[in-house]
Amino acid sequence: MNRREANSHAAMLPAGVDAPVFAEPWQATAFAMTVALHDKGLFSWSEWADALSAEVKRPGAASDGHDYYEHWLAALEKLLSAKGVAGKGDVDALAAAWERAAHATPHGKPVLLQNDPSPTEGRGGRIG
Amino acid sequence: MSHDHDHDNELDPFAARVRALETILTQKGLIDPAAIDVIVDTYETKIGPRNGAKVVAKAWVDPDFATWLKRDATAAIGSLGYTGRQGEHMQAVFNAADTHNLVVCTLCSCYPWSVLGLPPVWYKAPPYRSRAVIDPRGVLEEFGLTLPATTKIRVWDSTAELRYLVVPMRPKGTEDWSEERLADLVTRDAMIGTGLARVPA
Repeated sequence: MNRREANSHAAMLPAGVDAPVFAEPWQATAFAMTVALHDKGLFSWSEWADALSAEVKRPGAASDGHDYYEHWLAALEKLLSAKGVAGKGDVDALAAAWERAAHATPHGKPVLLQNDPSPTEGRGGRIG
Repeated sequence: MSHDHDHDNELDPFAARVRALETILTQKGLIDPAAIDVIVDTYETKIGPRNGAKVVAKAWVDPDFATWLKRDATAAIGSLGYTGRQGEHMQAVFNAADTHNLVVCTLCSCYPWSVLGLPPVWYKAPPYRSRAVIDPRGVLEEFGLTLPATTKIRVWDSTAELRYLVVPMRPKGTEDWSEERLADLVTRDAMIGTGLARVPA
């Protein structure tokens, strides 16, 4: 897109015409996991569109769309919970374990789940 | 990827939840982390509006292909190697002197990934999704596109099953141009309908 086109977008529509499609690596991973799970036949794309639609239609969605992948992730979590693949409690506990593991990992080293200093909390101890 | 500030290893809550899901899904054998990387790479670098531009340019120079594209866009586009992963059908909508086409997904963000890549941020945001249907002419003006009052605007609302590709009008003065050169005139916005094909410099 050239500058003339980029400048032609007025204030009411969101800026960032040429913003990268993923702002953070986790957004790309959430997107790709959804595509992979659909390929695997875990859900139809219509099921996915319904789940995503329910999330993006909630009041309070940002008008600039920056929270789009937060809605995407919420939709994926709900769909996986409904399918009995990953319950909210399991995801909560494992996410907390990942946060502890990240905090305990020295800067510059890869974050591994086994770096979690309190693996007995939640499910962390049984993973990895 | 935008984390350029200095920080210790901290995962924000969204990143941690994605790691948690990835761990569970990998353990259950539902995903393969290496395949996840391939999907990301494909959508970030290999699939994009250049695919759609080639479809449009071919339709401009090859009347038989244009007819096929009008009748069965899924097959015509598939013949160039661009096939959707979600089993969606494609429909090509052709701009004409008296009709301009505009694509939206009011439901969520359904988009013809195989020919345009992933949607731009504004396509997924609430203002465009709600206003494209209510006030298409006003939305187009915000994109810098003012159409004559006599031009009819048709708005196509995408679904999970059916996605649309706008075929813009071929710019004047390009009669002897090659397909490749023509493809450079076809922008992403022109194929969504929020713009026109570029005019030769």
